[in-house]
Amino acid sequence: MSGLLRELLAAIAAGKIKVIDLTHTLTPSFPQLGLPPEMGQALPYRSEEISRYDSRGPAWYWNNFTLCEHTGTHFDAPIHWVSGRELPNNSVDTVPPEQMIAPACVVDCTEDAERDADFLLTRERLEQWEAEHDRIPAGAWVLMRTGWARRADDPVAFQNYDEIGQHTPGPDVGCVRFLVDERDVLGFGTETIGTDSGQAQRLNPPYPCHYYMHGAGKYGLQCLNNLDQLPPVGAILFTAPLKLEEGSGSPLRVLALSPARRHSVP
Amino acid sequence: MRAKPPLKNPILRTRQPLTPPMPRSRAALGFTARAAEGLFALQRCENCGHVQYPPADSCRACLSEALLWTPMSGRGELLAHTTLRHSNDPFYRERLPWRLGLLRLEEGPVAVAHLHRDCPPPPAAVRVTAKLDKAGQGVLVALPEDELGDMSADPRHGEFSCGPEHRKVLVTDGKSQVGQALVRELAAAGAAVIWAGLAEPWKRYAGQDAIGKLPQVTVIPLDLTDERGIKRIGAELGGRVDILINNAEVHRTQGIAGSGGAEQARREMEVNYLGLLRLAQAFGPAMRARGADGGASATAWINVLSVYALSNYPPQGTYSASKAAALSLSQCLRAEMQDAGIRVVNVFPGPIDEEWNQPLPPPKLAPERLARDIVEALRDGIEDLFPGEVAKEWLERWKDNPKVLERELALESRAA
Ligand SMILES: [Zn+2]
Repeated sequence: MSGLLRELLAAIAAGKIKVIDLTHTLTPSFPQLGLPPEMGQALPYRSEEISRYDSRGPAWYWNNFTLCEHTGTHFDAPIHWVSGRELPNNSVDTVPPEQMIAPACVVDCTEDAERDADFLLTRERLEQWEAEHDRIPAGAWVLMRTGWARRADDPVAFQNYDEIGQHTPGPDVGCVRFLVDERDVLGFGTETIGTDSGQAQRLNPPYPCHYYMHGAGKYGLQCLNNLDQLPPVGAILFTAPLKLEEGSGSPLRVLALSPARRHSVP
Repeated sequence: MRAKPPLKNPILRTRQPLTPPMPRSRAALGFTARAAEGLFALQRCENCGHVQYPPADSCRACLSEALLWTPMSGRGELLAHTTLRHSNDPFYRERLPWRLGLLRLEEGPVAVAHLHRDCPPPPAAVRVTAKLDKAGQGVLVALPEDELGDMSADPRHGEFSCGPEHRKVLVTDGKSQVGQALVRELAAAGAAVIWAGLAEPWKRYAGQDAIGKLPQVTVIPLDLTDERGIKRIGAELGGRVDILINNAEVHRTQGIAGSGGAEQARREMEVNYLGLLRLAQAFGPAMRARGADGGASATAWINVLSVYALSNYPPQGTYSASKAAALSLSQCLRAEMQDAGIRVVNVFPGPIDEEWNQPLPPPKLAPERLARDIVEALRDGIEDLFPGEVAKEWLERWKDNPKVLERELALESRAA
């Protein structure tokens, strides 16, 4: 084993590098994307028992599960959106594996989202973040931390619908253009059900994060958990989607490696 | 109104459900089939006009086999009566004393009938009805002529009825318009407890808050596609539910050409067919065990199907197929529930006045009317309900000739 990898394992064993799970547990009550009911629908997670040490299989327990490519904590590939449909390597089975390990910049919008569920992240806000931390490097994930994951146990609060639709935070058009055109990021990640805001169908273009990110071959991560455990810079994400032929996305286990905080509570 | 049953002593053994003797001839089952729809009909000989009871394969007067099932007026005269104080049949032994009467129907036949407590002694005019007994077999029941009533006032005759009074009812979808109407109707009818199922709680529907505020109502998470969730709710409530009304459905309006893949049809099957299967596995055994649980026993299971279960309506072709599958499974459920004396009621509405039928022209069945008819069907103890004129007309056409109906529906949907 190379010295680098050995050092990494030693650092993990010593607790100097933390492994953080950014994934929600898949449960039947975890909400799925809402669309008008006459349209095709994403299946929620369902699990049906094959056997449980019983007559159906005397010494073993297992289940069949069903879900959509976009259920629970999941990865969006460029082919998901019409703007990315012609790109090379645009489906989950062709994502280059080197891109499945990448740095993460975490932008904390928790207070803004608490004040305004429709909060939109702007370019100005990102420039402010860069002034405080560092320039967002090319090939990095930008993760929008909003505290939304805390609502995951309450599907009504997580989805946050009223008569005019869903109210969840996301990026605005300028923010997405900045990340794609001027920073060449790897992708954009959120705690909410989509990388776009709940009211993004009313932006121009509708769903700008899907439109521009996927149009430029970038990725998306949704329903992330535990972003509050990541530093603004310095963490590395492991995001390996299932290798689904021509898959538009995939549920996945998102893991982060993050340096332990020096002055953390003993 | 059915009297409130006394509280049960919880340390006494729960009685096993028993049913009255079951075997019947094919001719007698013709009587049962009509009673299942709430009709009282007997065979009239087309040759000599003789009306006969009990039913048989040929005319008792002239031996002709040309017998036509004919609706009876229901008017009769009580000739004699007796009260059964001893029986070798376990079902009746538990229910003694039991009143029986000999009566003459206006159309001629003389028959033995179950006699309501309030029928005056003979000679007296009585109303004669065809009911299903606890085994689901057609029997004659005589009621007092002058009372509009309600058979359930006589506790013995509660055996012929499944009314919701003082009972605990699960409505699998309390969110849809039909579900909300059912909950309101059951509450008004005196149900003691109503559990209203709620799938996808983040999708809000007008009126659902009002339902949750009714004092009898508890809203519970219930999604018929979720096996684990159903098992959990079945474990919690299976031993308490007296009446289960399965009205949850996915309703899309598409045929084969318009559907582009199986995704929508699969969701219809997931809820309309497999949902019923999952429910029956989660609730059926506990309900069967409570078929004779004192005055508050489990008593009925209602499936809200569609008249499209009888014959495919091409503009709603995949929905029709899912309801046909559910009808077939419901027949299986009925056979399995029969020994426990639990009535399985299939409801076959025509187009309901709800959002998925928005483009259809009237007549459409109002959700409130459907709810009223379902509660009425429980009280009457019928087994097959065709609520509204459209459903009744379809039924007649289907009985007349299913193949002709199939062709008519294909033509109608081309015109539409
Ligand atoms: Zn004759």
